[in-house]
Amino acid sequence: MIATIGFYVFAVILLISAVMVVSARNPVHSVLFLIVAFFNAAALFLIAGAEFLAMILVIVYVGAVAVLFMFVVMMLDVNIAEVREGLQRYAPVGGVVGLILLAELALVLGGWHFHPQAATLRLSPTPAGISNTAALGNILYTRYILLFQAAGLILLVAMIGAIVLTLRDRRAVRRQSIARQVARQKAETLAMVEVRLGAGMAETGILVPLPEGEPEEEPAHAASHGATHGGHGEDAALPHAAEGH
Amino acid sequence: MLPLVAVFAPLLGAAVAGLFGRIIGDRASQVITILCMIVAAISGVSAAILLGVGAGSPGVIPITSWITAGSLSVSWALHYDTLSAVMVAMVTTVSMLIHVYSVGYMAHERRSARFFSYLSLFSFAMLMLVTANNLLQLFFGWEGVGLMSYLLIGYWYSRPSACAAAIKAFIVNRVADLFFSVGIALVFFQFGSLTFADIFAAVPQHVADHYTLFGTSFPVLEVIGVLLFIGAMGKSAQLFLHTWLPDAMEGPTPVSALIHAATMVTAGVFLMARMSPLMEYAPGALGMVTFIGGSTALFAATIGCVQNDIKRVIAYSTCSQLGYMFLAAGVSAFPISIFHLITHAFFKSLLFLGAGSVIHAMSDEQDMRRMGGLWRKIPITYGVMWVGCLALSGIPPFAGYYSKDAILESAATAPSGLAHYGYVCGVLAAFLTAFYSFRLLFMTFHGRSRVEPHVLEHVHESPPVMTVPLILLAIGAACTGFALRGTFIGHDWQGFWGSSIFTLPGTNPIARMETLSAVLVPLPLVVGLLGIATAYVFYLARPEVPVWLAERFRPVYLFLLNKWYFDELYDALFVRPTMWLAGFLWKVGDRTVIDGVPNGIAVLATDSSAEAVKLQSGSVAQYAFAMVIGVVVLVAIFLLVG
Amino acid sequence: MGTMPVGLGHYLAVGAILLVLGVFGIFLNRKNVIVILMSVELILLAVNLNLVAFSAALGDLVGQVFAMFVLTVAAAEAAIGLAIVVVYFRNRGSIEVEDVTLMKG
Repeated sequence: MIATIGFYVFAVILLISAVMVVSARNPVHSVLFLIVAFFNAAALFLIAGAEFLAMILVIVYVGAVAVLFMFVVMMLDVNIAEVREGLQRYAPVGGVVGLILLAELALVLGGWHFHPQAATLRLSPTPAGISNTAALGNILYTRYILLFQAAGLILLVAMIGAIVLTLRDRRAVRRQSIARQVARQKAETLAMVEVRLGAGMAETGILVPLPEGEPEEEPAHAASHGATHGGHGEDAALPHAAEGH
Repeated sequence: MLPLVAVFAPLLGAAVAGLFGRIIGDRASQVITILCMIVAAISGVSAAILLGVGAGSPGVIPITSWITAGSLSVSWALHYDTLSAVMVAMVTTVSMLIHVYSVGYMAHERRSARFFSYLSLFSFAMLMLVTANNLLQLFFGWEGVGLMSYLLIGYWYSRPSACAAAIKAFIVNRVADLFFSVGIALVFFQFGSLTFADIFAAVPQHVADHYTLFGTSFPVLEVIGVLLFIGAMGKSAQLFLHTWLPDAMEGPTPVSALIHAATMVTAGVFLMARMSPLMEYAPGALGMVTFIGGSTALFAATIGCVQNDIKRVIAYSTCSQLGYMFLAAGVSAFPISIFHLITHAFFKSLLFLGAGSVIHAMSDEQDMRRMGGLWRKIPITYGVMWVGCLALSGIPPFAGYYSKDAILESAATAPSGLAHYGYVCGVLAAFLTAFYSFRLLFMTFHGRSRVEPHVLEHVHESPPVMTVPLILLAIGAACTGFALRGTFIGHDWQGFWGSSIFTLPGTNPIARMETLSAVLVPLPLVVGLLGIATAYVFYLARPEVPVWLAERFRPVYLFLLNKWYFDELYDALFVRPTMWLAGFLWKVGDRTVIDGVPNGIAVLATDSSAEAVKLQSGSVAQYAFAMVIGVVVLVAIFLLVG
Repeated sequence: MGTMPVGLGHYLAVGAILLVLGVFGIFLNRKNVIVILMSVELILLAVNLNLVAFSAALGDLVGQVFAMFVLTVAAAEAAIGLAIVVVYFRNRGSIEVEDVTLMKG
């Protein structure tokens, strides 16, 4: 009884928030409504008796996926969309397609029934007496171990893919190399030079070698920069590096 | 052997002059071609004489095989009998004389090697035609002379009128050749072979065969005979297919003399004689021949009476005389037909060459109204023209008298009504022939001089290279009549002609000439003299009479002057619709429909791709939408079908 | 057969509607591409609901195992999809649906 009421409540909220996901003007609101939808779906799962899956839904979908969505929406310059007329253009066709889709689904549902031998064909019957989590654990790591590992591989691939796609090697960013800094020797940083009174830089013959791995440097600048910023060792001068990159 | 030399020597001359004419120069080309023609003439005449006196024998000289395809087997071979021998002798002799004449006539052409090459090549084609062993070889020669006629009429190809005339000649001949080809095909279907020997042997067995077309049945031999004759009509410029001959006068005068007087136009008559074993069994076709021949004789003579161009008069005269030859052929008098062919070759080419001499003297003036009083200035030409005109008018002892009278007598004594119609036409035409030929003579040479002064001072006699052939031809025109009469149409004519000419067993066109009533025998001569007298009256005694007549009967005069409006009629009936059809097929059929198909496909491809590209909007949402629609459709298919 | 407080049909109906909503969210949105990704998450959620409902109705744990894998894949796909969106934004400066037309033919 309570379950029925709960079902209807959660179902309605789920559907409404799904509609709002699509039609919210502020994309942040869309993500928040998506989170609400996930929560309600988890509740529905609970009513159906799949408590493990419900919790997983909350943890993974809400905790990871929806948060990821939120990150991206916040990070990108997404404007609050004005209502565009383009929506109206596809509405009639879309409506027709939707109706057909709904009709097909109804046909399937209407003409469908359980196979008489369905009861005997269960692959992994629900054992009685143990919790859903334990039951899942029993079969997941034994019978479906291969698929489990494959799922792990999928996630690995997705992780690598995401990193590869979005990683930017910013050479313009100055990074600290603690180990190098700590291992600095006096000979690398300090040099005493006798300078005649009134002599210019060219006479002194001070030449600072370029650091490796920065091919965009212009040789003309290197000598002067190296002399004026001699205290910085092997690192290229900031303004020079900025214009070089 | 001799026939081979006679036939192929002109080919050698033509090849050398044609291929190397530029290298060896004009004079050398002329010498070579004339030498080859002399060789050919000597061989041809001697072979004919040998055959005539019985020293040689008719036969077939095989050369090589040509086509062997299934049951059709055609070879190159020279069929040498009396008919061929006579024709070869005439063609080579006349051609040789005209080659020599052309040296003088074409003297002020810049380059004439091409002309001589064409003349020799034409002679070769004509010789192939008359010595053909089978219908296909004859057709080869037929087409060959047609081609050379085209090339020679259009020799001065920078003149648009010459080009048009050449095309007209070729096309009219082509129309006739269509029927001819169908006739040849039918011969092959009927007799299984194209060789004359085979055909003629098999003719009597096919007399009763019939074709059924559109519910009417026609005898096979009649159909073939008519078709072959229509081919002859085109080549010999008979009524309805004659329109090309006057225009062919655009070519140089030696061409007119050789091709359109002596040789090519007579190929049709030759065909009738050669196919006599078949034609004799097709009395309907022969009747058509008679009718057309007689009508043409009269028709062309009427037009010749009012023409003002000297060459046109002679051209219509040729047309008319060919009508006489066909008239003779139609009443089964093939020997007489050939006899007239030979005599006509001499006096007609004489007339043409003489006219050429006049034109040459008159600095290329051809209108007789601007001539007159020339006889003192060009006496040799004048003399030979008298011979030619007398021969043409049928005055004894000149050649035309014997042959023309024989034709008319055989027509009068033939048993059919069409023959009598032909006889009447022939007699009337004889009057008109004498009239217009002496009209030509008087207008050109006599009377008050109407020549322009600056032309008059250049009038001179032609050089010997031109006058000697004229004199030789004049001798021929004078003598061939009584000289050859005994052999050609004498009492032993069947012995002379042998198997080359065939007449049905009951027919003897020569013998029945004796049955003509004595009143009618001198009739052609009488009307000929009347014609001369009339011409004298009209153009010497009372020159104002023809002018008054032309004014009085102006419609008739215009009708005759405009050649019975045949050109205009054909233009409206055939030329314009054809041009319209061609234009239609070009603009609509070719440009719109046929070109439209690939162009349309290209446009269709471009347009449809342009439309299809709109699907690729780059918008992910639209792609997703398309995917959704796809899924929905697939599910629907699975639900409904699967 | 497992016992359920609510009938199977109810769950399936909810799942169906959720699916359709997610599908429409893909192409009816005119805002930005992230909404598309969120609609995909909704679709996957509907699938999960379906699987769990049947698992409960049949008393078969396979449904729940499968739902867990779907979850995994959904998470991976969300990560990669968002990474792509981020990179795209870095290069093009916009993630409006109408501006994402580089594949225009």
